[in-house]
Amino acid sequence: MIALETHDLTVTYRKRPVLYGIDVAIPEGNLIGIVGPNGAGKSTLIKAVMGVVRSTGGWVKVFGKPVKQSLPRIGYVPQRESIDWEFPVTVMDVALMGTYGKLGPFRWVGEAQRRKAREALERVGMLPYAKRQIGNLSGGQQQRVFLARALAQDSDLYLMDEPFAGVDAATESAIVELLKDLRSKGKTVIVVHHDLQSAREYFDMLLLLNMRVVAFGPTAEVFTTELLQKTYGGRLTILSEMAEKAAREGIGKIHPKNEP
Amino acid sequence: MNVILAEGLSGLSGTVMALIASLALGVTSGLLGTYVVLRRESLFGDMLSHAVFPGVVGGFFVSGWMARMGWVESEKNPLVILSCALVAGVLGALVVTVLGYTTRLKQDARLGVVLSVFFAAGIAMFGFGQPAGVNGFLYGQTGAIDATDLVLVLGAAAIVVVSILIFHRPLLVVSFDDGFAHNLGYRVMGLTLMFSVLLTMAVVVAMQAVGVVLVSAMLITPAATAHLMTDRFPRMMMLSVLFTVGAGVIGTLISGTKEGLATGPVIALCATAIFVTAYLFAPRYGLVARFWHDRSQRKRIQRENILKDLYRVLEREGFPAEGASVSAFAAERRLDPGSAERELKMLEGAGDLIRGNGGEKLVLSEEGWGHASRVVRNHRLWELYLTNEAEYQADHVHDDAEIVEHLLGEEAIKRLEEELGFPETDPHGSPIPQPSSTPPQPTS
Ligand SMILES: Nc1ncnc2c1ncn2[C@@H]1O[C@H](COP(=O)(O)OP(=O)(O)OP(=O)(O)O)[C@@H](O)[C@H]1O
Ligand SMILES: [Mg+2]
Repeated sequence: MIALETHDLTVTYRKRPVLYGIDVAIPEGNLIGIVGPNGAGKSTLIKAVMGVVRSTGGWVKVFGKPVKQSLPRIGYVPQRESIDWEFPVTVMDVALMGTYGKLGPFRWVGEAQRRKAREALERVGMLPYAKRQIGNLSGGQQQRVFLARALAQDSDLYLMDEPFAGVDAATESAIVELLKDLRSKGKTVIVVHHDLQSAREYFDMLLLLNMRVVAFGPTAEVFTTELLQKTYGGRLTILSEMAEKAAREGIGKIHPKNEP
Repeated sequence: MNVILAEGLSGLSGTVMALIASLALGVTSGLLGTYVVLRRESLFGDMLSHAVFPGVVGGFFVSGWMARMGWVESEKNPLVILSCALVAGVLGALVVTVLGYTTRLKQDARLGVVLSVFFAAGIAMFGFGQPAGVNGFLYGQTGAIDATDLVLVLGAAAIVVVSILIFHRPLLVVSFDDGFAHNLGYRVMGLTLMFSVLLTMAVVVAMQAVGVVLVSAMLITPAATAHLMTDRFPRMMMLSVLFTVGAGVIGTLISGTKEGLATGPVIALCATAIFVTAYLFAPRYGLVARFWHDRSQRKRIQRENILKDLYRVLEREGFPAEGASVSAFAAERRLDPGSAERELKMLEGAGDLIRGNGGEKLVLSEEGWGHASRVVRNHRLWELYLTNEAEYQADHVHDDAEIVEHLLGEEAIKRLEEELGFPETDPHGSPIPQPSSTPPQPTS
C-alpha cells in the first residue's frame, strides 16, 4: 500500500516558489531518506505534507486519505528550531504530549498514558532524565526527547526533519536501530538527512530533492554521481530565478519537471 | 438570572464587592497570564489594553444614546460599554493577525502600530464628548464597582476558568509547539483566536480594576514572577493566580484607605513588590538562594578537602589510635599554625573532630570518619576510572578528581565500582577505603 502520495504539490513563500510539482508515491514499510542541499525545500515538503504550510497547488494523501483525516496516523518530529527551551515542561511532559492525540478533551492523563510515555523514553534512553526541565539537556538529548514524543504517538507514518542534527555517533546509530525496528513493525519512516555517506547505508529508498524531485527510488538505483550532481549542482538557479520572476509578474507557473 | 444575581450581590458592602472582584480578576488574569508569558506575547496584552480604550469611550456614547432612546436605564450601562470594548479589542487582535499574514512585519512592530492608533483614536473620541466615568477605566477604580459590574466580572471569570479546564491541553501544546499541535489535529487557528477572545475579555474586565494602561500589571508581572519560581507548568499557573489575587486584594485594600488613590497603580506596585521578593528570595532561582547555595557548596567542599588531608596524614601514620599531630596536619595542608587552627576549629564545630592531649592530638569522630572515608574513596575511584576507562595518564588525573570527588553521588559510585570490578587500590597504589565510621583496619 502507498503510505504517502503527493501529486503536483507546489508551495510558494510570498510568490517565491520553493517546491514545484512534486509527485511521489512512497510505499509502506520503508525507511526513506530525503536529501538535498540547504534551501532545497526538504523541510517545506514535510511541512506541506503535514499541512503546517499551505500548498498553492496539488494534493497530498496519506494512506489513501486526505492528510486531515490521517493526522492521527502521522508522527512528526520537527527540525529543532523554534522551541522555547525555558518553557516549564519536563522531559516526561513532552513525551506525554505524544499521547494527547488519542485522548479526548475531557479525559485526564492516566496511568496508561504515563506508561506509554515512559516506554517511549526508555526506547530512546531518556527515561533517567524524565523529571528534567527540557532546557537542562544537551542538544542531542533534546532531539531524543522529541523522538520519544513521536514514538508515544504510536503512528504508522513518521516524518522526521533532521533527527540526527547535533547527535553524537553512538546516539545516531541507536536512533537508526530504532528506525529499523519501526520499519520491521511495518511502519513507514521518512527522514530528512544531510550526510550522503550514511544516507546510502541507512535508507531503503532515497528522494533526491531540489525544488523538484530529481529522483526517487531504491537507494542502489538513485545513489549515482550523475543524479547527486544534478541535485547538488547549481544548474537549477536560473530555473528558480525564472520561476520566481514568472510568479512575480503573474505570467504563470513554470513546471521544471516538464523541462528536458 | 443576571438581575437576580445582581440584586443578591447589591446587599454587599462596597469593600466586599471590590474584594470579590479583585479575587475573580486575579484568577482570570493569573490563568491567562501564564499562557501569555509563555507564548512570549506579553506585549500582546498591552496592545489589547490600549485597543479596547476606544471601545470604552465609544461604549459610553452608545450607552448614552441608548438611554436617551429609552432602551436602557442608565447612561453608563456596563454591559454595553464592556461589549463595545470587547469588540474593539478583538478588532485590534484581528488587525495584528491579518498584518502578520499579509506583511513581513514582526509581531512587535505590528503590535506597536495597532496599539498607538487605537489608543489615539480613543483619546480623540474622548475629546468629543468627554463622558464622565471614562477616567475610572483609565486608572482603575475597584471601589466604584457595583453589583452589575461584579456580575460581569464573575461571568468572565467563569467563562475563562471553564474554557481553560476544557482546553488546557491544546492550549499548552499550541503555546509550546504549534507544529505539533497541528499534528495532533488541534485547530491551531481556532485555538489562537479563542485565546485572543478570552484574553480580550480578561483585559476588558480587569480594566475596571487597574485601568487600561496597567493591565499588564495583572496579566504579566505575576505570571513572570511565577516563571522565576518554578520549572513546572501547573505550579507556575497556581503561583501566577496566587500572586495576581494577592496583588489585587492587597492593592484594593490599600487604595481603599485613601481618597483619590487610584487602584491600578497600587495593584501594579504590589505585583512588582511580589516580583522583587521572588527575584531575591525564590527558592531555587532567586539571588539569595543562589548565593546561599554557592556559599554552602564552597563550605562543604572546603570541609571535605580538610577531612581528606587529615585522613591522608592518619593513613600515612598507620591510623594510630591516639590520632595525628597538629603540626603534621598543618604541614600536609601547607598552612601556618594560625590558619591550621582555624580549619581545625571548623571541623570541630561540624562535629567531625575530637581533640585529645590538650588539643595536640587530632582524632576523627564517627561522623568525621564517615565523611573522610567517603571523599577519599570518591577521589581514588575517580582517578582509577580516568586511568582505566578513559585512558588518561596517572599523573593527569589528580586535579580532575579534586573536583569530581565532591560531586559523585552514591548511585554514581555504585556504577563506577561495578564498572571497575570493585577495585581495592587506586592508580597510585593507595587503598580505596569503604565508607565507615571507624578507622580502616590495617591490611596485613
Ligand atoms: N517561512 C518562510 N518564509 C519565506 N521563505 C521561506 C520560509 N521558510 C523557508 N523559506 C525558503 O524556502 C526555501 C526552502 O526552505 P526549506 O527550509 O524547506 O529548506 P531545507 O531543504 O529544509 O533546507 P535546510 O537543509 O537548510 O534545512 C529556502 O529558500 C528558504 O529560504
Ligand atoms: Mg530544513
